[in-house]
Amino acid sequence: MSDAAKDLTEALGEAVIQDPTGLHARPAVKLTKLAKAHQATVEVRVGAEADWVNAKSPNAVMKLKAGHGATLCFRANGSDAAAAVAALVALVERDFDG
Amino acid sequence: MAESATEQVIAGIPAADGLVVGRIAPESGARLGGRRVGNIAQECEALLAAIALAKEELAALVAGEDELAAGILEFQQALLEDDDLLAPIFKAVQSGGSAHGAWDEALDKEIAEYRSGEDEYLSARAEDLTDLKVRVLRAFAGKDTGGQAAYAEGAILVAEDLTPSRFLELDWRRLGGGAIRGGSKTSHVAILARARGIPLIVGLDAQLDHLAPDAPAVLDAEAGRLILAPSDATLAQIQSRILARAAGDAAAAEALAKDAVTAGGERIQVLINVDDPAILEGLSPSHCDGIGLTRTEFLFEGNEPPDEAAQLSVYRRILAWAGGKPVTIRTLDAGGDKPIPGITMEAESNPFLGQRGLRLSLAHLEVFRVQLRALTRAAAEGPLKVMLPMVTLPEELERARRVLDEVRAELAAEGIAHGTPALGIMIEVPAAALTAGDFEADFYSIGSNDLVQYVMAAARDNPALAGLALADHPAVLELIKRSVEAARVRGVEVGLCGDLASDPALVPLLLDSGLRSLSVAPAQLGRVKLALRGYGGKAKSP
Repeated sequence: MSDAAKDLTEALGEAVIQDPTGLHARPAVKLTKLAKAHQATVEVRVGAEADWVNAKSPNAVMKLKAGHGATLCFRANGSDAAAAVAALVALVERDFDG
Repeated sequence: MAESATEQVIAGIPAADGLVVGRIAPESGARLGGRRVGNIAQECEALLAAIALAKEELAALVAGEDELAAGILEFQQALLEDDDLLAPIFKAVQSGGSAHGAWDEALDKEIAEYRSGEDEYLSARAEDLTDLKVRVLRAFAGKDTGGQAAYAEGAILVAEDLTPSRFLELDWRRLGGGAIRGGSKTSHVAILARARGIPLIVGLDAQLDHLAPDAPAVLDAEAGRLILAPSDATLAQIQSRILARAAGDAAAAEALAKDAVTAGGERIQVLINVDDPAILEGLSPSHCDGIGLTRTEFLFEGNEPPDEAAQLSVYRRILAWAGGKPVTIRTLDAGGDKPIPGITMEAESNPFLGQRGLRLSLAHLEVFRVQLRALTRAAAEGPLKVMLPMVTLPEELERARRVLDEVRAELAAEGIAHGTPALGIMIEVPAAALTAGDFEADFYSIGSNDLVQYVMAAARDNPALAGLALADHPAVLELIKRSVEAARVRGVEVGLCGDLASDPALVPLLLDSGLRSLSVAPAQLGRVKLALRGYGGKAKSP
């Protein structure tokens, strides 16, 4: 595999929202901040069908209207794609704590 | 002093309790004046500068605030770092638009989108976007947005509207309270005001230019009114209420976190009434025994009745807040003074005696079924009880129960998780109070507001009849006693969920009537618990 190809590694992951009030403003802000801490482009959607939106945009993430029990799917592309997805999945799984 | 004008009372909606004697202080926030539009480079720079200044102001505000306030502002800060949101605005400026115009237009578009959906939570966030929009527009005018204006001690702020961040900027150590024309009881500003104990009324029914700066006034945020040029008699009355409040507040605050017990050591159930789940944000479930009444009319304020999923998510959120304590949710109680377009009948000659409450639900089964499906599904997740309003005959309860049974069978057939909610009735029609034992209800809840107006034949919204609408009239108390007795004989729970229970002065009478479960306005929890602590047994000998 060439270096260029490695840079474009795609990573995928998903997690279910635990919070009874869903993805409200504070978790949405935490999620975008964590996404922004990574080089990779990171996208998110609710379920397997919807359009992807930029996980680094709090406005877009808020408008997902992801409720309690919804599955958030993540897709990242870039050198730290795998780390980005793993971190975001972990954030959702620990119910946005910390 | 030239204070001879006649007293004038302006109505509003109480949003955060309290009383202030002071003077009118119009909000002095700077307005965006006629801004000169520069060339493209200057406009881009102006936009950058305005955003930078807004960021700086928000950061300064967050630093000085508590968790609740910082949480509200954090989302706005994040939006100012949102490239997806900002890029199109800069693009519009680059193609020749004015910086403030492009910002205004883009934010208006987002605000409209947030408001358009059924999603209650997202619509509420439109308030944050509006706040941010105004902050950046003000920032175009440069530093000092008027936040540091010197208000006289105890001044009563009057404004068209207040955004949450503007509210936080104001110096409430000097300002006594506020009255705004916009807003609602569930807006962030109202939540903040309640959390901080700042008296506030919203929906003020007046043109602001009629309110002269420095005019003497009384803000009565207990009753929801602003009194201009108060008379000596009014002032004396308000002063004595202020003294009583001060003494009561400290004791009530202390009682709030304590158990609800009488002086005799008897534990009384004290629950809360919820008009809109948004108020739960600032409340601790540990201070009450659950929710005795959730009004669902707020769900039906849009053009279309809410679908099952939208209702389900709201009911689940309420159950999650209660954390295992019982939650009673009342089915739609439209009609009377709460018309809903497309559902309630138009132009009934006497709407309070018309097709309202359960009568309306049984006439609109398509709406009723959706609500019962959402309630039954939510009941899978916690102790949810369903309460029917305005029940008159046992047959009405039986019809509702059949619909509930059908809905449960449907959900079972569809393989959807659901529970078996208790089905109870409100006792608010005198006929139901007199024959309560004939209803196969799982519980009774006395709705004192309607019961009083039907027993006394005096509309509760008519100030001319205030002398007749007596909640403590022996006829009302007699019906309460009979309902309590019927519940005892049938071995089911009975409580009271009207305004009557929120009045500490009347609590002893309710206990005398045999009630041991009261559902009260959240703001009155501490005072009601305090009244219970002072109850030593029968107030009057029979």
